[in-house]
Parts: sequence; C-alpha cells; structure tokens
Amino acid sequence: MDVKLKLLRFNPETDTEAHFEEYTVEAEPMDRLLDVLHKVKWYQDGTLAMRRSCAHAICGSDAMVINGENALACKVLVKDLAQPITVEPIRGLPVIKDFVVDMEPFFAGYKAVKPWLITDPHEHEPARERIQSPEERAVFDDTTKCILCAACTTSCPIFWSDEGYVGPAAIVNAHRFIFDSRDSGARERLEILSQADGAFKCRTAFNCTAACPRGIKVTKAIQEVKRAALFGTV
Amino acid sequence: MATVEDIYRKHKPRAFKADRRPSRSEVWWWFFMRISGIILVFLVLIHLYVMHLVGEGVERVNFAFVAERWDNVGWKTFDWVLLVLALLHGSNGLRIIIDDYVRRDGVRTAIKGALYAVTTVLMIMGTAVIATFDPSLGS
Ligand code: FES
Repeated sequence: MDVKLKLLRFNPETDTEAHFEEYTVEAEPMDRLLDVLHKVKWYQDGTLAMRRSCAHAICGSDAMVINGENALACKVLVKDLAQPITVEPIRGLPVIKDFVVDMEPFFAGYKAVKPWLITDPHEHEPARERIQSPEERAVFDDTTKCILCAACTTSCPIFWSDEGYVGPAAIVNAHRFIFDSRDSGARERLEILSQADGAFKCRTAFNCTAACPRGIKVTKAIQEVKRAALFGTV
Repeated sequence: MATVEDIYRKHKPRAFKADRRPSRSEVWWWFFMRISGIILVFLVLIHLYVMHLVGEGVERVNFAFVAERWDNVGWKTFDWVLLVLALLHGSNGLRIIIDDYVRRDGVRTAIKGALYAVTTVLMIMGTAVIATFDPSLGS
C-alpha cells in the first residue's frame, strides 16, 4: 500500500521556521511507522534527522507527535494511523533538527530527583541481597517501567509553557525509589519535589497518562508522590 | 553551520534545578486550594441563594438590609470568611497562572506585584468595612 506522510521538517542551517513536507512511501500495513520513516530517510531524503535505537519500544529514543499524539514511532503500526500521517517533534523542547530535540531540560528534572538507590548510612552494608516482599515491590511496580522517552513530559501543558517544571517523567522515577522499601532517600526526594517547580506544579491534566507508551499510570504516581510530600507518609 | 548555541539564542530552555534549601510553601498553598475550594462551594452557594434568590433577590439589598444582616455576628463572620477564602483562593490561582505562562522575569514580577497589591487593598477594605460597620449611619 502507499502511505502518505506529512513530516514537520526543520533544518537550522536553512530554515527560519519549521514546515511540513509530504512524502509517499510503499509499505505493508503491518509495518511500524519507524520502518516508513526509515524508507524516507534511506531511499528518498537522507537529510531527515531522527533518533531511534532499539526499534522495539525499550530504549525510548523515538517519541514523536504522531497524528497529534505522543507515541513511539517503533510502537505504532501504519494500519492503525489515519493518512496522511503527520509526524512532528515532541513539544516543549528546542528543536535541533527535524525530530531531534534538545533533551537537556527533560534530563535535568530526572537527575534532580536522584534516580538511584540511596541506602541508610547507619545501616551495615548487608552481606546478602536486600529482601523485599512481593507486596512491597507491588507498591512501585508500575513506575519501574519507565523508559525515559519523554512522551509524558512533552505532552504536559505545564511543561510546554515552562520547561523549568520538573515534569511527569522525573516524578515517576522519583516515585520508583520513594516507595521502594530498600531505599532511604524518600525524604530528600520529597523535599526536592515540594519546591515550586516540583510535583505540585502538576494540574492533573492527565495528558501524561494518555501519552505513556508503557501504560504507566503517570498521574496516579504523581498524586501518590504529592500525598507523601503533604503528609510525610511513604 | 548552525549549532545548539544558535538555537538557544532563539529559545534557551529553563531547566529544573533543585533549590539548595527547598521551600515547602507550595505544598501548603496547594493544600489550601483544595480545602478552600471545598469550603467555598458551600459558602458561595449559600451567598448566592441568600443575596440573589430569596425574595426579590438582589433588588432588595440596600443599606437597611445590610444593617439588619450584619447585626448578626454569625453573618458578619460568614461574610468575612467568604471574603478571605475567595480572595486568597482567587489571587493564588492567578499567581499560579502567571507563574505558568508569563515567561519574562521582569514582566512576571511586575504583574505579580500588581496582583499582590490589589489583593492586599481588597482584603484591607473588605475587612475594614465588616469590622467598622456602623448601622446607625443609616438613620
Ligand atoms: S527505537 Fe527504541 S523505543 Fe523506539
């Protein structure tokens, strides 16, 4: 079948503004959008810039605005998309070229919440693994699924207007450690997320939950973090 | 050759930075908005009913009506609580919207300054009227 594409192109060397360009590609209905973009890049226009790596929805490189919704190009099938398929870079971050955006503000929020295990300094280093019951694990299971694709954060209207907002992805990754029974850094992280640009800037628009390609209940996680920050309970 | 620096010249994104000593005030403002919101639903509905729907509604509101109403300390308290909660809830909401959407530092400070000034003046005026109201002025 012929697939019609409308790609939002921007070349900083020649363009002052982004503009749509149209392409037609021969593809199978079961092809992923990523395959179709590859065909454009490999056989029609080598200047098309995009990020992708695994092509299996696990590295989180290829989040794009596809027919108006944030998704991974490697996770949507051509047959499920209305034509012409419009593809734009994710919103709220400066576009470097075509679908490549500057992810720095996104990762700044991620780094700020200390997304690593913080152990209790008074605890003797255990000689065995830290035991965790299935129930304890279930509390934060959902937020372990994040692949840092930025689909949630760049679907957030608050982030669009202010990249200084820590963003849903950072809160999700904070949640993953705050509610981990082996971790002792909850206080530090909740303190950081209590500041003006932290979790309380969330207005529960729910765009993040709709955008997550991993099906993480992002808004729910944010609300749990807010509750923990407000009442000091984990 | 355009670089990220060139792109930044047009739009340098702000990025989240953890404050050295993070303040928790935003947490309490957030909590205040939920609680005051719930209370205001009832206060505003009662206010609307009493002032605009009963009898001839707002047509009957004159000095005598207010004097009689504020003879009762309960209604005075009711009106003052409504004033404080509505004013704080409303202006805090505006502050949050300004923080979200006004991106130029100077402009934001100016608009927020004006907002705080208006809020303070309205709060003082409203409180003064309720506290110093003298029904004998009408006669
Ligand atoms: S290419 Fe890795 S997530 Fe799509």
